[in-house]
Amino acid sequence: MEARNIDVKSEISCQHLYKSFPGMDGNVTEVLKDVNLSVAKNEFLVILGPGQCGKTTLLNIMAGLDSSDSGEILLNDVPVSGPNPNLGLVFQRMALMPWKTVMGNVSMGLKFRGVSKKEREEKARYFINLVGLSGFEKSYPYQLSGGMKQRVGIARAYCSDPEVLLMDEPFGALDAQTRYMMEEEILRIWEKAKRTVVFVTNNIEEAIYLGDRIVLLSRCPATVKAVYPIDLARPRQFTDSRFLEVRQKIADNTDLAL
Amino acid sequence: MATRIVAAPGKIRSKNNSLVWLSAASLVVFFIIWYGLVESGIISKALLSPPAEVLTTFISKFSNRAPDGATLGAHFKTSLTLALTGYITAVVVGAPLGLLMGWYKKVDSIVKPIFEVIRPIPPIAWIPLAILWFGIGLPAKAFIIWLSAFVPSVINSYAGIKLTEPVLINMSRTFGATNWETFLRVGVPSALAMVFTGLRLSLSSAWMTLVAAELLAATEGLGYMIQMGRTLARPDVIIVGMLTIGLTGAAMAFILERFEGKLAPWRRS
Ligand SMILES: Nc1ncnc2c1ncn2[C@@H]1O[C@H](COP(=O)(O)OP(=O)(O)O)[C@@H](O)[C@H]1O
Ligand SMILES: [Mg+2]
Repeated sequence: MEARNIDVKSEISCQHLYKSFPGMDGNVTEVLKDVNLSVAKNEFLVILGPGQCGKTTLLNIMAGLDSSDSGEILLNDVPVSGPNPNLGLVFQRMALMPWKTVMGNVSMGLKFRGVSKKEREEKARYFINLVGLSGFEKSYPYQLSGGMKQRVGIARAYCSDPEVLLMDEPFGALDAQTRYMMEEEILRIWEKAKRTVVFVTNNIEEAIYLGDRIVLLSRCPATVKAVYPIDLARPRQFTDSRFLEVRQKIADNTDLAL
Repeated sequence: MATRIVAAPGKIRSKNNSLVWLSAASLVVFFIIWYGLVESGIISKALLSPPAEVLTTFISKFSNRAPDGATLGAHFKTSLTLALTGYITAVVVGAPLGLLMGWYKKVDSIVKPIFEVIRPIPPIAWIPLAILWFGIGLPAKAFIIWLSAFVPSVINSYAGIKLTEPVLINMSRTFGATNWETFLRVGVPSALAMVFTGLRLSLSSAWMTLVAAELLAATEGLGYMIQMGRTLARPDVIIVGMLTIGLTGAAMAFILERFEGKLAPWRRS
């Protein structure tokens, strides 16, 4: 395994994570098998893996929503034992509250923390603006398109000011056109409001387009197969020869259907 | 809204108009058949009054106590007070109980066994016991109505909150919300549609049980009025009572629906 040293100390890391689920027939399904990875501060790390390999399971454990059978998550060297305001999650299915407006959804994290209405609306407005949804504060999710909904999800994760943003295939449900646009958007947002990002995808182009590094997972049970630093300058071009070279290198090492 | 798809208003209106006409035509046909059946003698006037006679009785009952001892307004007021007393106390207890049962396993374990036994008993089966306990006054009837409205409000709130999307619960947990906060801010709003279904079913259940209760033991009320109509062989009085019951039930359902629309503006119509 290629393990490049990063000079900034890691902000969040997974140490020897194991996880299995009891199956229906009494067998146990092993989903994570000795997963190790570390993410540097303000790094955009992409986790690339085939469908059903355990990506959501891994991210839920990192977010403190689920617990591993063994191993631990360290956030600034402190073990994560449950949901933590410093860990924001953007869900695979957008998970917006249908009864809340864009403003209500984006500011809900602050509400749970008891931030005053004035203050949380001010902050929410900033992030709504950042994701390009100004003017839609009072809209309900059913009035928004898929891409707009995911922008709300991103603004919501940002708004409670976590150090680390965990994104679980946020663009998986979008059509190709919207997806390309959102890939550009997420980088623009990240450049403007730098955070540590762990971005999960099963799409190899998306991974190369976005990531500072790519962590490649194997099929279930997931384990880290390889780590690829991507040294291409942004904005990257899908048709660039170096882009295609990297793509080929990763593709040779995967069992993703390509 | 930029993304909202709005159909041409003219089209909607003309479509609605033709639907209104269809409803009106259906009512007209209904009255014509009713009129024809009675006037042609196929059904004797002693069994079914013609529409005009029902209308006359309806109007006269506003001020006339005869033949059943009270004006329509008095019967109506008695019934409505009774129904609303039983209904409101039932849903105020039932809906929160159902929500708590659906969210907290402990509450479920405590309440479920008792509830499951009570649930299949038709409210009317409680009448003898209720009369034994409370006599034939308002409390006995209110108790029966309470039971009939209680059950649907519990069941629907329970089912509604059980359907809360796990991903929304997780969402709120990532923000550090406690279980109680998640219950209030995620579980309850997401169950609201089903809670309202429960409130509507409870209302119609309360209203139907009311009439049954009044048929058995009352001195005033719409159910009592119908019963007197039978005793006095006055089909017009019976039908006026029935129509009042039907119209009131429909009006209450309509008001509740309006209220739901106000409370839940995020739901697509
Ligand atoms: N709560 C659970 N109970 C049982 N099996 C689960 C559970 N969550 C996930 N799994 C199983 O773990 C495997 C990985 O799932 P998931 O992490 O959702 O994969 P991915 O996100 O990569 O598509 C799947 O085979 C899935 O069926
Ligand atoms: Mg997944």
